[in-house]
Amino acid sequence: MEHGSLTDLSSSTFSLIDEDHTLANSVRFTLNQDPRVQFCGYSIPHPSDNKVNIRVQTTGDPAKDVLKDALQNLMLMCKHVRTTFDDTVNDFRATEKVEHIDINSDR
Amino acid sequence: MGVDNSVTLESFCKNLKIEVIELTEDTMEFDMIGIDASLANAFRRILIAEVPTMAIENVLMVNNTSVIPDEVLAHRLGLIPLNADPKLFEYLSEHDTPNERNTIVFKLAVSCKKGSPRLTVKSDQLKWLPGGSELEMESPTPSAKPRTYTSFSRSQDSMPEFANKPLGVKHQDIIIDKLGPGQAIELEAHAVKGIGKVHAKWSPVATAWYRMLPEVILLKEIKGVDAEKLVKKCPVNVFDIEDVGKGGKKAVVANPRACTLCRECIRGVNEPQVELRRAKDHFI
Repeated sequence: MEHGSLTDLSSSTFSLIDEDHTLANSVRFTLNQDPRVQFCGYSIPHPSDNKVNIRVQTTGDPAKDVLKDALQNLMLMCKHVRTTFDDTVNDFRATEKVEHIDINSDR
Repeated sequence: MGVDNSVTLESFCKNLKIEVIELTEDTMEFDMIGIDASLANAFRRILIAEVPTMAIENVLMVNNTSVIPDEVLAHRLGLIPLNADPKLFEYLSEHDTPNERNTIVFKLAVSCKKGSPRLTVKSDQLKWLPGGSELEMESPTPSAKPRTYTSFSRSQDSMPEFANKPLGVKHQDIIIDKLGPGQAIELEAHAVKGIGKVHAKWSPVATAWYRMLPEVILLKEIKGVDAEKLVKKCPVNVFDIEDVGKGGKKAVVANPRACTLCRECIRGVNEPQVELRRAKDHFI
């Protein structure tokens, strides 16, 4: 749900249902990376309702597009974290196994 | 804030480093360097609340004459961790029928004979029923074939994913109940897939936390007797002595990772010698 003015597309508030700090804080962080963003913040109107309000104000570009780009960036960042993590864990497991083999062969 | 907020995607990808410190079957400790607090917190929250697992949800009681009431026993059964890969199962919603792709069926049938001592019911007595439910539902027409509470089209035994790894509980020695002489329990438990947000029994982790790497900076060079005093003060041995030539001793920061920020090293000294901070993008 987007609340914004019809004439000024560069600032609007997005209300997301069924979300909480997990997504909102990360989206706010990626929005901050974007140089087109003048102001961005999020608030939770009431902790019992599962709603999040994200406010985006840009330097001219429509706020919808900027938010979409930020979400895409977040997805790519998470994908990268996942691949890095998988590689690191596999390397760690491989080196652990090698050590085990070495110990056994010494005996 | 002291942090440059105009980081782009490429520089994030280049700067991100993950190091695994410890990895066992039940615990893991790893470092993330170059990531922001909001992402690290999001990962922690997702680990606790949104990674799916299998846990017992519906319990069909046939007989329960133990001292523990039905609902408390069902609650305890729900909290038992199961050795089942949630990726192999689908979610069960209210309108679906329970079948072999979204339910695991366990059976518990224990009784304590009169005259024998108290019997402890442990989690290894939960038997997996790969063929589905054995209890029959009441059907309106008595002559029709009786239906059970689950409609398994084929036995889970025959599915290739379960061929090598039979499903069961993770730990065999969890105490479920205690029976006195003459008491018995007979029940069937159905396990389904869920996430921790709905109920904590579906949370895959006992807990997950993160902390930022402490940075310990010596503002001045500390030598000689002062150095030894500093090393002794710290309860977790963050500082160490380095021998500089001519028998002089200098204090160096050897193990900042162990620092618990207890501030013992600052107490009792008149002028600030040690500064304690947290590294803003290094998460353990």
